[in-house]
Amino acid sequence: MFTETEIGKRNRWSENGMKIFFLVMTILMIVPLLLIIGYLFYRALPVLSFEFLFTNPKDNMRSGGLWAPFLGTIYLVVVSLLVSAPIGVFAAVYLNEYARENWFTRIVNLAVVNLAGVPSIVHALFGVGAFVLFAGLGESVLAASLTLAIMTLPVIIASTKEALNAVPMSFREACWNLGATRWQTIRRIVLPNSISGILTGVILQVSRAAGETAPIMFTGAVFYKAIAEGDVFAYNVLDQCMALSLHLFTISTQVPDVAEGIPYGTAIVLVGTVLLVNAAAIVLRVYLRTRKRW
Amino acid sequence: MKQNVKTKIEISDLKVHYGNKPALNGISFDVYENEILGIIGPAQSGKTTLLKVINRTLEFTADATVEGSVKLDGVDVSTIGDVYGLRRKIGMVLPLPVGLPLSIYDNVAFAPRTAGLRNKAELDEIVERCLQQAALWDEVKDRLNALGTKLSGGQQQRLTIARALSHQPEILCLDEFSIAVDPITTMRIEEVLKMLSTEAKMTIMLVTNLVQQAKRLANRTAFFLNGNLIEIDTTDVIFSENPANQITYDYVNGNFG
Repeated sequence: MFTETEIGKRNRWSENGMKIFFLVMTILMIVPLLLIIGYLFYRALPVLSFEFLFTNPKDNMRSGGLWAPFLGTIYLVVVSLLVSAPIGVFAAVYLNEYARENWFTRIVNLAVVNLAGVPSIVHALFGVGAFVLFAGLGESVLAASLTLAIMTLPVIIASTKEALNAVPMSFREACWNLGATRWQTIRRIVLPNSISGILTGVILQVSRAAGETAPIMFTGAVFYKAIAEGDVFAYNVLDQCMALSLHLFTISTQVPDVAEGIPYGTAIVLVGTVLLVNAAAIVLRVYLRTRKRW
Repeated sequence: MKQNVKTKIEISDLKVHYGNKPALNGISFDVYENEILGIIGPAQSGKTTLLKVINRTLEFTADATVEGSVKLDGVDVSTIGDVYGLRRKIGMVLPLPVGLPLSIYDNVAFAPRTAGLRNKAELDEIVERCLQQAALWDEVKDRLNALGTKLSGGQQQRLTIARALSHQPEILCLDEFSIAVDPITTMRIEEVLKMLSTEAKMTIMLVTNLVQQAKRLANRTAFFLNGNLIEIDTTDVIFSENPANQITYDYVNGNFG
């Protein structure tokens, strides 16, 4: 009765075949990542130390550590997120919860999608024109951060909208039927149940902001600037700063005779910072998902 | 009908369009105070749209346009400034049970809180009364802090009813409440509705796909078809051998739809 037919046999073969195919693709994806990180670690090992992270570059970048660029990157990321996260999240709340479907919202949504795809060098030129020159901020942490904020804003809006959309419409309808205003519905039901997705979307933009070189190199990041070691308030937001991504670029291409391990060490610190933040996003997501309430 | 009935809702020449698509084609009828009005009819006949016009949640549908008037206690609902107060006058129960992602207690306390009530003792009293009225109290009284979304479908529907009662509505609208509920729970909810009608003197509009449910509960029954009100009469007449329209007879007796 249950003897395998020709078709059954073929289905079984194709089922196994496809599974293996997808598995191979997954492995292909992971292998380069592991190779990159492993190789960077191997080459960076001689220079990696606490001192490396907490001392300024010395001898025209040929020795010393990463303190100034490391702190600069943190400044840029934090200031840019302080600007883009609230604007992006609240704009997404408006677009998703209040705005009606009309020509205005359609244009805004189209703009959001397209801005997310604009190359970062274009954002850089906009930043030079708008913040450095027009707003008179000069080349500064603030101008560079605002440029990064403009770059991350559309993606934050898109990811926040997606998180808000994941809250079932029926919850909103139930609240409206109970005489709740839109704001009461958003505050008590929609935001508490989409906050994990919203935060994940925001945090993932940290890695983009930290890694980009083009938007900051004309707007506030400099080749070299020494700051007080160990002082986290060493930068002024109206002044220029160093940044890990630009530092890596300059010591790899512009400075001759840099000690072997330093560029690799810089790369590891940059990748490590980003991975650490992403890991925090994952932990946060897992934690908030265990509290998922439907 | 008896001579001394008072009109609670007066619907006159109500037309609703979704874009160019008509949903209600100029219907007029009255809902009397303290009656159970059954509304039957196949899908797409405009029943749900009618309820949404009454509590003005149709306003959330972007392309819907409304003509004609719905008067509640003689006041045109479209002119009411406090739309949230209007919605609290009407308890609405939707087809699929919706436990809000809050505790059972917070589910029932939601509407009173949005209306500004903060007093814990009063909220406690409302929660207990509404859960009792919805025949859910005995099952959940020991776990009021458990999530409403984790209850079974039938319990969630009774929670929805308790929530709809929490803002002390004068009218209770139920839209095919038994669609996702087992027959035993349906019977329990039907008992609850009878009790609300006789004891709490509530006006109840019962939209239902189950014609027998209308027969069991309703004082009067309205038959909707394709956005038209075909017939409204006492339930006895609608379910008799000779309602005014042959098509009503055919629908009620399962000859189509």
